Amino acid sequence: MTARNATLVAALGILLAVPQFVPPYFLHLLIQVLLFGFIYTAWSIMGRFGFVSLGHGAFMGVGAYVPALLWNYYGLTPWLGIPLGVLLSVLLALVIGYPCFRLRVVGHYFALVTLALSQVVMLTIVAARDITGGSLGFTPNAVGHSWYALQFPEKSYFYAISLVVWLGGLAVWRSIDRGIGREALDAISEDEEAAAAVGIDVMREKLRVTVISAALTALGGAIYGQYFMYLNPETVSGIAVSLQIVFAAIVGGMYAALGPTVGSLLTLSLNEGLRIGFGTNFIGAANTIYGILLILCIIFMPRGIVGMLETINFRRFRPKPVPAE
Amino acid sequence: MDFYLLEAIINGILLGGVLALLALGLNLIFGVIDVVWIAYADLVMCGMYAVYWLYSELGWPLVLAFAAAIVFVAVLGVLVHVLIIAPILGSAPINQLLATGGLLFFLQSFATLLFSTEFRNIGVRLPIIELGGIYISSARLLAFAMALLGAVALYFFLKRSFIGTAIRAIAQDRDIVGLMGVDQRSIYLVTSAIGGALAGLAACLLSLQYDVHPYIGNTFGPLIFMICVLGGLGNMIGGFVAAFIISQIIAIGGYYYSTELSYVLAFTFFIVLMFVRPRGVMTR
Repeated sequence: MTARNATLVAALGILLAVPQFVPPYFLHLLIQVLLFGFIYTAWSIMGRFGFVSLGHGAFMGVGAYVPALLWNYYGLTPWLGIPLGVLLSVLLALVIGYPCFRLRVVGHYFALVTLALSQVVMLTIVAARDITGGSLGFTPNAVGHSWYALQFPEKSYFYAISLVVWLGGLAVWRSIDRGIGREALDAISEDEEAAAAVGIDVMREKLRVTVISAALTALGGAIYGQYFMYLNPETVSGIAVSLQIVFAAIVGGMYAALGPTVGSLLTLSLNEGLRIGFGTNFIGAANTIYGILLILCIIFMPRGIVGMLETINFRRFRPKPVPAE
Repeated sequence: MDFYLLEAIINGILLGGVLALLALGLNLIFGVIDVVWIAYADLVMCGMYAVYWLYSELGWPLVLAFAAAIVFVAVLGVLVHVLIIAPILGSAPINQLLATGGLLFFLQSFATLLFSTEFRNIGVRLPIIELGGIYISSARLLAFAMALLGAVALYFFLKRSFIGTAIRAIAQDRDIVGLMGVDQRSIYLVTSAIGGALAGLAACLLSLQYDVHPYIGNTFGPLIFMICVLGGLGNMIGGFVAAFIISQIIAIGGYYYSTELSYVLAFTFFIVLMFVRPRGVMTR
């Protein structure tokens, strides 16, 4: 076992032991950090290759609402409802992604088309208020502790679930980072025409990351719904959450595996810290500072916090790669 | 055709005027500086608060408050350019879009901090005009007329004045213009100020019709982007036409279904059209 692996195992052990030691409030925060870290990681799977989607609220919304609706109206277990929601998100991603990539809708245009998508999903949820409760939100029927309904009043269960999906998200991120398509995707993000000219299947590569990203985001949305047991179109879809996803990922650093999670940790602790520090008299104080941070971050360190740390600290100390034997 | 539908269509045309005005401002900035200000609708929100504060809290005359609001948003526009866009003018366009997205967060929450999330109204109610059984709000009529006037003024400014010519030249080829002795930086500043002033004008017109709250930009901001893209980003005439197409979809859809569904229709129409004509309705 190398030193690196030992560190990883130790970190995992600490993460697993956390629920035994921290008060419920902190556990609640940690669950959110992991869940949103997972969603931001899912976004960065696309974002890091320059496919900036402002529409991930759409996938999160579909992922959250589909299992909840199926559960309330048909009593369908989330074990089936969640895969259905994820599937629907993937279909949505294909319906938008395929024509976009075929017609070379890129950059600003891609960002704005996806923004429209997230608005479509949010407004559809609001418009179908007879079924979804509209802007008042939607509460899944609670049944107490149940594996069948995937509902657990105990926070430690959701901590474990969030930890698992978060680790899964990191694994997916890593497999794409190390995978064979990585160079192809980098080439596409540099110059699509040139990438196509050297024989890269641009469409296939772009669709692949888009579908993965949408599916993971939908899964994150679903678990968000199961945990909070309350859905609101404004908080799970639409422009606000879509931008929140993009910005947290960028502030943390979308080119590093842990970047989006750092973004999640930072934004959440900023929010909570200011909320506790200022009380409710200063609603908006957190986001005011957050907004300034975002602007500064994009101007001065477009690679995010983790990206910045990597270039400053660790390059000097990183051991030389050992040649293969 | 029944009266209510006709009323909806007329209201749609009137709404289109204000949207067209905003689309013009955004298109001007995109065409010249090559940046999408995601926070453009939130500048309008700032203008509406300026009107509210000056008129309702400080008791200024309405016309003076309007003038001050327009100047205020124009200055904001310049500040946006100097503080946010100028430092990253050379980086990827998407970064500039995202930086103004940070501005969106900032403006919305700063407005919340100053004015809370309460809906505020300047309390000016213009009369409703009846025309052969059709009711038209004169606030909307005024907004429409002023928006058209603003558009025409902008047209003549761009066509006839020296700075206007330079602005159009930059939109065509930003590298050659420098060789012709035009200082790009000052043109960018003027463009940002005009874009801001248009947002300020729209703010004045909207404050006669709507309550202002910190998130009002979210309700029509996405619409303006759709309109600009639909018309072809940077294509002002296209944006103008698209504003009326979109506002008709919303008006007629709202008449037959509901407001939200009409927006869903408009956005879906936009997405579909992007696939049919990826560079805007006006391209050949």
